Amino acid sequence: MTKQIVIDPVTRIEGHSKITIQIDENGGVTDARFHVTQYRGFEKFIEGRPFYEMPGIMGRICGICTISHMLASAKATDRIMAVRVPETGHRLRQIINLASIIQSHALSFFHLSSPDFLLGMESDPAKRSIFGLMQMYPEVARDGIRLRRFGQEIIEWMAGKRLHPTWIVPGGVASPLEPEVRDRILATIPEIYVLLQRNLDWFKRKMEDYAQEIRTFGNFPTMFMGTITPKGELDLYDGHLRIVDDRGHMVEPSFKAQRYADYIGEAVEPWTFMKFPYYKPMGYPDGIYRVGPLARLNVIDSCGTPRADQEWAEFRQLDRRVVLSSFYYHYARLIECLYAVEKIEMMLDDPDILGKMVRANAGPNSEEGVGVTEAPRGTLIHHYRVDEQGRIVWANMIVSTTHNNMAMNRAVQQVAHRYVDGNKLTEGMLNRVEAVIRTFDPCLSCSTHAQNELPIQYELVGPHGEKLDEVTRG
Amino acid sequence: MATAVRSRIRTLKIDGRDVSAREDETILELAEENGIFIPTLCRIEGLSLVGACRLCLVEVAGMNKLVPACLTYATEGMEVFTDSERLRNYRRMILELLFSEGNHICAICVSNGKCELQALAQRLGMDHVRFANLQQERLVDMTHERFVVDRNRCILCARCVRVCDEIEWAHTWDIKGRGVDARVITDLDTPWGESDTCTSCGKCVRVCPVGAIVEKGRAVGEMAKRHDFLPHLAKMREAKK
Repeated sequence: MTKQIVIDPVTRIEGHSKITIQIDENGGVTDARFHVTQYRGFEKFIEGRPFYEMPGIMGRICGICTISHMLASAKATDRIMAVRVPETGHRLRQIINLASIIQSHALSFFHLSSPDFLLGMESDPAKRSIFGLMQMYPEVARDGIRLRRFGQEIIEWMAGKRLHPTWIVPGGVASPLEPEVRDRILATIPEIYVLLQRNLDWFKRKMEDYAQEIRTFGNFPTMFMGTITPKGELDLYDGHLRIVDDRGHMVEPSFKAQRYADYIGEAVEPWTFMKFPYYKPMGYPDGIYRVGPLARLNVIDSCGTPRADQEWAEFRQLDRRVVLSSFYYHYARLIECLYAVEKIEMMLDDPDILGKMVRANAGPNSEEGVGVTEAPRGTLIHHYRVDEQGRIVWANMIVSTTHNNMAMNRAVQQVAHRYVDGNKLTEGMLNRVEAVIRTFDPCLSCSTHAQNELPIQYELVGPHGEKLDEVTRG
Repeated sequence: MATAVRSRIRTLKIDGRDVSAREDETILELAEENGIFIPTLCRIEGLSLVGACRLCLVEVAGMNKLVPACLTYATEGMEVFTDSERLRNYRRMILELLFSEGNHICAICVSNGKCELQALAQRLGMDHVRFANLQQERLVDMTHERFVVDRNRCILCARCVRVCDEIEWAHTWDIKGRGVDARVITDLDTPWGESDTCTSCGKCVRVCPVGAIVEKGRAVGEMAKRHDFLPHLAKMREAKK
C-alpha cells in the first residue's frame, strides 16, 4: 500500500494547481506530480472577435506578464496584416519588453525567492517573506523594490500606465517616444547598474551555501530552448529559436519561430489541465526541454552586451557543458536584468528611437499569424487563424510556464525524493518543494498574495487512507 | 428659420426650482438649459426622439407612472423630480440590464474611456451587475471596408437608424426582431459590405454611443467619437424640406 501527500491548491499561473507526492510503506517517495486544476479558456472565447482586438484581450491574461502577452499577440496580428512594423515601433516594443522582464525578474528574485536564500530554507515561515527581509536585510528589500519600480516606471512612462496599458497595438505601438521620457529613463540607469552589481555580488557568494540545493533542485539533463539573434546573441523579443541538448550540442541551431508546430508537440495527461510540450523528433516524454532565463543563457553564443557577457562567462563556468541545475534560474534572472538595462540604454542612445513612424496599418491579409516572443519565464507563442473578414476562428497559445511543465514535474520529484520523508513532514521539507517550483517562477505571483508561502495544504495519508499528518499554510 | 414658433411660456418646477419653458420644450431640454442632469443614451441633438433607452425617466407630481423626460413636454404648474432613490434605482437597473444583455467588457473595448454607456454607469454608480449575462452569440460583421458592427455591444438606441434615415437619407440601418432578439441590421439583414444603400458616410459610427459601430483596426480605447456635426446638418435638412 502506498500513501499520498497532497499539496492542494498550489496557486499557479492564472489558476490553481496542486502537488501530490506518493509514499511507499517505508516512507520513501515513489512519485510526485505537479497538477494544474483549472481551465482558463482564452483560446475559446476569443473566437469570433476581430483580430486587431487580440493584444488588448490577451494582455488581460495576466497582470505581471501583460506586456509579454500583448507583444506575442501583437506580433501574431502583424503577421495577419502581413505588414512589417516600422523600425522605431519595433525597437520601442523591444524596450518595453525589456522593462517588463526587469520588473518580473525583480519580483521573482527579490520579493518571492530571496527570503529563502537570505533567511534560510528552514527559517521561521512567519518571517520568511519580503517583510522579514525588510527587517533583516533592508538594503536588499529596498533594492528589489527599486529594481521593480525601474521596470514598472519605464512601462508607465512609455505606455501611459503600469498595469494593462493599451499602447502595444497591431502593426506597432500607438504613439512615438517623447524625448523627455527617454531622458528620464537614461538618467536612472547608472543607479540601476550599481544596484545590480551589488546584488550579483552577494548572491554569487550565497550560492556557495546552497551546494546541496543546487545538486537537487531540478538538476537533470534536458534540452533547452530560447530565442537568438542572427549572430547567436541573446534576444528577448524577436529572432529565431534554438534548441541545445544537455551537453550543449545544437539540436536545432536556428529555426523560424513561426514554424514552432513542426518542432514542438503537445501531450496531454489526464491528471492536469496543463499540456506537456515536447520536442517532436524525440517524442513524449523524451523530448523534454526547459525555457526561461536558464535556458536562454544556455543556448546563446553570447549576450551581446559587455557587462552581461562578463557575468555570462562566469555563469557558463558553473557546469561543465550547459548549466543544468534549475537553482541557477535565479542567477540567470539577475544576468538578464543586467543585459536588459544595457540593451535599453543602447537603444535609447540611438536618436532614431524618437522617430515618428511607429505603426503600420492594414486589414487582414493573411489567414494565419504566429507571434513568438520571450516572456520573463520563457518562450511565449500566440497563434491565430482568421476568416476572410478578419474574425478569429481558431487560436493556440503555448505560454512560457507550459514549456517547463515536464521539467517542473521532474524537479518536484527530484526534490521530494531528496528531502521528503513520508513518515513525518517538516516545514523545511515542504518549503523546498515550493522553492523548486519558485526557481521556475511559474507565474504564481499572479494568483497569490502570499509573498512567501503558496496557500498549500499538505496531507500525509497512510496505507489505508488514514490521514497521518496535515499542514495547511498560506 | 422658416418655421417661426409662436411659443407661449410655461412655468413649472424641476426639483423644487422655478423654471420657465417654451410650450414646445421637453423636460429633458429644459433641464439641460437649467444645468440639471438627466441621464440619456438614445437622445442626441439633431435627431428625432424615440424614448428607447428609458434612462431619462422622471417623476411628475400627481402621476404614478414615471415619464421619459425626452418625450414629455412642459405644462403649466407641473412639478418634476429628476433625482430620487426610486429613480436612481431604476436607472441603475436599466444600465445593469443593458450590461447583462450584451458583451460590455470595457477593459478590452475600442471605446473604453470614450463610451457613453460606460460614462453613465460610472456617473450613476453602477458598480455591479446583479443579473446573469444572457450569453447571446451575436456575429460581428466585418464585411464593410472601413467600419465594423459588433452587435454584442449594441444597446439598441437606434441612433444609427435615425441618422441614416433622417440625415443621410439612405436608411441602410434598421431594427429586426423583438425583445431580446432585436438587432440592428443593414439593408434586409444582408452583410454590411454588400449593402446597396450604404454610402459609407460614417455618420452611424459617429453617433453610436458605445463600441458597437466603430472604425476598423482601432485598438483598446482608440475609438473617439464626435457628433457635433449633427445639429448643423439637421438644420440644413430641415431647410431642404
